Amino acid sequence: MAERLLIVGNGMAPGRMLEHLLEKAPGRYDITIFNAEPRVNYDRIMLSPVLSGEKNYEQIVIHGDGWYIKNGITLHKGTKVVGIDRAAKTISTDNGLVESYDKLVIATGSVPFIIPVPGHNLPGVLSYRDLDDVDAMILASKARGNAVVIGGGLLGLEAAAGLAEQGMDVTVVHLMPTLMERQLDANAGYLLKKEIESRGIKVITGANTKAILGSNRVEGVQLEDGTVIPAALVVMAVGIRPNGWLGKEAGLTVNRGIVVDDQMRTSDPDIFSLGECVEHRGATYGLVAPLYEMAGVLAKTLIDEPAAYNGSVTATKLKVTGISLFSAGDFAEAKDREEIVLRDAARGVYKRLVLQDGKIIGTVLYGDVEDGAWFFQLLREGADITEMRQTLIYGQGYAGGAKLDPMAAIAALPDDAEICGCNGVCKGKITGAITANGLTNLEEVRAVTKASASCGSCTGLVEKLIGLTLGDSYAPKTSKAACGCTDLGHDDIRRLIVAKELKSIPAVMQELEWKTSCGCSKCRPALNYYLLATWPGDYVDDNQSRYINERAHANIQKDGTYSVIPRMWGGMTSAAELRAIADVADKFNIPSVKVTGGQRIDLLGVKKEDLPGVWADLNAAGMVSGHAYAKGLRTVKTCVGSEWCRFGTQDSTGLGIKLEKFTWGSWTPHKVKLAVSGCPRNCAEATVKDIGIVCIDSGYEFHIGGAAGMEVKATVLLCRLETEEEVLEYTGALMQLYREQAHYLDRIHKWLHRVGLDTVKKQIVEDHERRRALFARFVHAQKFAQIDPWAERVNGAFGHEFKPLADLRLASAAE
Amino acid sequence: MNTTDWLEIGRLDDIPKRGARVVKTARGDIAIFRTMDDQVFALDDKCPHKGGPLSQGIVQGESVTCPLHNWVISLKTGEAQGADQGCTRTIAVRLQDGRIQLSWPAVPAVKAA
Repeated sequence: MAERLLIVGNGMAPGRMLEHLLEKAPGRYDITIFNAEPRVNYDRIMLSPVLSGEKNYEQIVIHGDGWYIKNGITLHKGTKVVGIDRAAKTISTDNGLVESYDKLVIATGSVPFIIPVPGHNLPGVLSYRDLDDVDAMILASKARGNAVVIGGGLLGLEAAAGLAEQGMDVTVVHLMPTLMERQLDANAGYLLKKEIESRGIKVITGANTKAILGSNRVEGVQLEDGTVIPAALVVMAVGIRPNGWLGKEAGLTVNRGIVVDDQMRTSDPDIFSLGECVEHRGATYGLVAPLYEMAGVLAKTLIDEPAAYNGSVTATKLKVTGISLFSAGDFAEAKDREEIVLRDAARGVYKRLVLQDGKIIGTVLYGDVEDGAWFFQLLREGADITEMRQTLIYGQGYAGGAKLDPMAAIAALPDDAEICGCNGVCKGKITGAITANGLTNLEEVRAVTKASASCGSCTGLVEKLIGLTLGDSYAPKTSKAACGCTDLGHDDIRRLIVAKELKSIPAVMQELEWKTSCGCSKCRPALNYYLLATWPGDYVDDNQSRYINERAHANIQKDGTYSVIPRMWGGMTSAAELRAIADVADKFNIPSVKVTGGQRIDLLGVKKEDLPGVWADLNAAGMVSGHAYAKGLRTVKTCVGSEWCRFGTQDSTGLGIKLEKFTWGSWTPHKVKLAVSGCPRNCAEATVKDIGIVCIDSGYEFHIGGAAGMEVKATVLLCRLETEEEVLEYTGALMQLYREQAHYLDRIHKWLHRVGLDTVKKQIVEDHERRRALFARFVHAQKFAQIDPWAERVNGAFGHEFKPLADLRLASAAE
Repeated sequence: MNTTDWLEIGRLDDIPKRGARVVKTARGDIAIFRTMDDQVFALDDKCPHKGGPLSQGIVQGESVTCPLHNWVISLKTGEAQGADQGCTRTIAVRLQDGRIQLSWPAVPAVKAA
């Protein structure tokens, strides 16, 4: 008589196992299946197409009723197994059945993880696991309205796309900073977010759900920051966990899942397990490929053929129509490796291969996943790719012909993208003029369109547009690349950030086809500045892309200690401030106190962990950061002027204080130093400053472009002004023009040399409207910049920066 | 060294991506780095050039730029990149379920062949 094989669960894993078993040894077992769901075996991977309406239930059935009959299998639908008696070798069910077994297979799958926030059990809060969930979602979506999906992983995004397809207004709330962070790196995460948002789905990342609101049924979701999102339907898709309770109840070894050996055997030799409920060599799986591998092994084990499951490397694909995404391998924690990156901004493609010892160990593909299967095969085989390394990233079909088009990013710009910011000329106007007027070179384009005829920052772009329009007959001059990560120069990058409205470092790197995945210490600080200057109030500063001085808000010294310089407006201080500084120096054992060239007091040799304490005491005495570490406004140096000096013509100290209060906190391409001298004797040395004001009887001389560093540069006179208000307006406008046009790390004199004094004069002195617009933009940006960074950190911001991760000094004493 | 143990010093999330934190020891600071893709490395917090604190530098890919004179040091090998020559001691460190563990007493990381 045939042995009795009982199977608990009727999902895809036992289904596949049975196919193998019946093929190899039909009739070997008398088979009975208990399924808690009232259904036959269907393809759970296809739930998303069912939700989006692309498929229906009948189309995703794997084994219809006829299959069970044909193979002589007894299927108990809607019957839940509630206990195992291992001694008697029987199982019992919720409807009172008791059945004996010779061999038992537990395939109870997984259960969705539900975050236990208040309101999580309100009607209208669903998980996304089986057909019942999908049916409930489709029903809810009939009323249109708002849906919130908690979780921006694979399942969450598929649910969101499906609900949007059904006509709902969907918001995805995700705890981590980027979507699908377990499968994708930040670059691919950026592209995915962009695509999801283009479908009208709102995405909120870095958001923690605080509560689900509603009295009788769900009405909304409240986030940790207080935001409330209205919702008639909430789908929780934050993850799954193995469903191992039946095994645990029966006394089998269960950790995260039911522990099985390489033959899929549990701690009881007659009980086996497979699928999402198992834990094998410490790993659990939630994707179908490993489950199918387990199915093959278990089928062999059950007919006493040798077989071993060795764990799986998994690959992920997102099943949302129109989104191509593939990732495989464990690139998160591997060491000693290299990477190959290919970006094609025009097609929205990002490909990354991670190599180790000449083999592929991980890959992320976005936009073009055609070669995913091939890369995955190479990865699983551990194939040596040294020979094909040069062309590997182009894929299997590469025949030596395809090459990257350096013009792709510019070609992809829409016609209304602004190319020349000074004269407001868009791409379509330039290409149109070239065609209509038969223009053949830069000078002609400048003459006809005015593009790149002012500051010249967009010259590189205009050259490329001429090249694109005229084809091979025109060889555009190439600008010097900003760094090894890109072929574009600083001007091109700045103009494209504006034209393509790029608002994050990953966005810039993707759209402008960066050649590295995370940039370098040259380009990242530059990009961070360009984005900050272009999108004030909008762009989120990337602290990790700043030099240490700007990250720590103090100046690093040769021994790793820091120096602290509080602001002294216009170089003025008071007895109270000096007393507070003296107290701080005593309290924190600060070894050196020095007067600086910018009329400030420098506290040298402060330990990093003492910085917040030092700042707290200085803040308490009314002092704020002096930004002596910043590529930004440093100091406004003054002489005593008409208030005390017998030669003074104007109140140079008062004007200096006003200028400093107006300009402090602004970020600029390089440091900016100002000075105001009360008369042409120039005691404040204003003519070697970036901006220098020299007071005269009739008003003020406005000088720019001085420096007293490695190169000593005397200023040039831009104009003469009559009132303090004019001085403030011209200063703001000049600083804004410098902020918008200069390359990162160019002081004002370098920028001036590049664009020419005449163009600056035209824009600041002659064009009143433009000056006022520049001034207004500076004032706007200052709204977001004038926040004391010391006070923020005293109050706990960026705490990790100032504390050691661990202190093992005592541990090492015992070493 | 078979007497080496793994000592838990913190969680991966305690270090910003493309950032570093310091572990203080009686023999000087150790810098623990986290890369963009969540690899973790440990080096003596001393640039081979003039002893600059590498933990304060900008992390790019699998290297760090020293904050004092812009030497670029490999996080994997501790070696200076490009034309510069010098090497900083690497220390074995590993990740276990999001927790960072340092070899203790500290032993050098195994270098790539």
